[in-house]
Amino acid sequence: MKKIVPKHPLAIRWFHWINFPVLAIMIWSGLLIYWANDVYRIGFGDTTLVKFFPNSFYSSLKINNRLAEGMGYHFLFMWLFFLNGLAYVIYTAVSGEWKYLLPQKKSFREAWQVLLHDLRIRKGKPAQGKYNGAQRIAYTAIIVMGIGSLLSGLAIYKPVQLGWLCEMMGGYKSARVIHFVLTIGYVLFFLVHIVQVIMAGWDNFRAMVTGFSLEKKSDSSNTNQES
Amino acid sequence: MKNKFRLLFTPGRKLDTDQLIFKKTVISFTVFFFMFGVALFGWMKLRQLPRDQMGTNTVIRSALNTNESIFSSILSDKHLSKSYPKSEAANPARRNGNVGMDLHKMVADFANWNMQVVKSNGDTLHITLADLKKLPKTEVVFNFKCIEGWSQITYWGGVKFADFIKAYGLEKETALKYIGLRTMDEKYYVGIDMASALHPQTILCYELNAQPLPIDQGYPLRLIIPVKYGVKHLKTIGTLVFSNDKPKDYWAERGYDYFTGL
Repeated sequence: MKKIVPKHPLAIRWFHWINFPVLAIMIWSGLLIYWANDVYRIGFGDTTLVKFFPNSFYSSLKINNRLAEGMGYHFLFMWLFFLNGLAYVIYTAVSGEWKYLLPQKKSFREAWQVLLHDLRIRKGKPAQGKYNGAQRIAYTAIIVMGIGSLLSGLAIYKPVQLGWLCEMMGGYKSARVIHFVLTIGYVLFFLVHIVQVIMAGWDNFRAMVTGFSLEKKSDSSNTNQES
Repeated sequence: MKNKFRLLFTPGRKLDTDQLIFKKTVISFTVFFFMFGVALFGWMKLRQLPRDQMGTNTVIRSALNTNESIFSSILSDKHLSKSYPKSEAANPARRNGNVGMDLHKMVADFANWNMQVVKSNGDTLHITLADLKKLPKTEVVFNFKCIEGWSQITYWGGVKFADFIKAYGLEKETALKYIGLRTMDEKYYVGIDMASALHPQTILCYELNAQPLPIDQGYPLRLIIPVKYGVKHLKTIGTLVFSNDKPKDYWAERGYDYFTGL
């Protein structure tokens, strides 16, 4: 027998699915801005291993020569990104959802087991619960990253009026690097997230839309409790 | 299938678990795809909105203006752009824009250069570099920020704009909302809110790295205004006006924010 169990509250599903397109627009408009002074690279001395970004990347996504447009969209959608994120944090704090989301002492050991399991190195399935150790760490880290983007973004936006914040970020140039690196972090998070969602299967994905998950019951004496 | 839908959505009907799962899933995904459709429609509408006379999407422009009214409230004479030791200043300083900087034509005009200041009673003052050099000199060493994203520590000297206002009895003009600046050839022009113009680090600048301004840095006189991006630091000042309406602004006409306050 199957049993319908509530998994994700309605509010959290809304915050999640609003954040998805809003963050996509923030990253896109951020790219339009970054193009105007695209100085970041990974390398040593004069040797560049990775350039952010190659010209083919810009031209294929039509990023070139759109700084004004990028700034316009970035400074409109920043409000949605901020308000949605704030609502999520307040909701998780007040509703008690944070109890499932914040990492615990054992989460770090569990996360290691999850990693080994997902890489097919370890056989036994790690403890899952609503979120496993790796998920707790990832979903908390992404909120910390969001706060980081907000603060480093403000530091770049008003470096004189919010001079204290700009200094806290290590100065103007450093705030820009932090803002950029966090964005790369979102893209990496997104890629891993998509793979994990595909691996976890339909029931897990459906829960993020419908809110419920199915529990397979072996004990038939409990079926009457179903509601 | 059609029958299944009808049965499931008949009120009062008792559903078994599988039917309930089906019903909840159908409802949720319908709302989900509908809302994504709404979002996509909204996005396409936003992209197709009419443009203002400056070529900017009207919603984006009003967002920029709303941001201005929110963030200009934290603009304060007490919030100074961080000062650096002179030894850290770049030499030579980076030169970026060259609109309104037709150098050959300018060289011919420098002999007769003066800054025209249009007062609110219609009088025009003609102020020479020698006049300005009689006023107290203010030096600013700050991190110059370009709207493109680069920044550079630079060292400038000139007359504090607020000192200039006092010296020439222009207090009445500062009751207006904006100043407008134009290059000698009028090809480049900016508008600046009065609070930013009167900020204690805003200077009418005639020196870079303790030397007279190089021609390509705006000789004989340019604006240095650390509370704005470089686009507002107009070079080779020709005319200064005061106005309650927004003076025309070269980059705002090309889709950028008018305020661009830092």
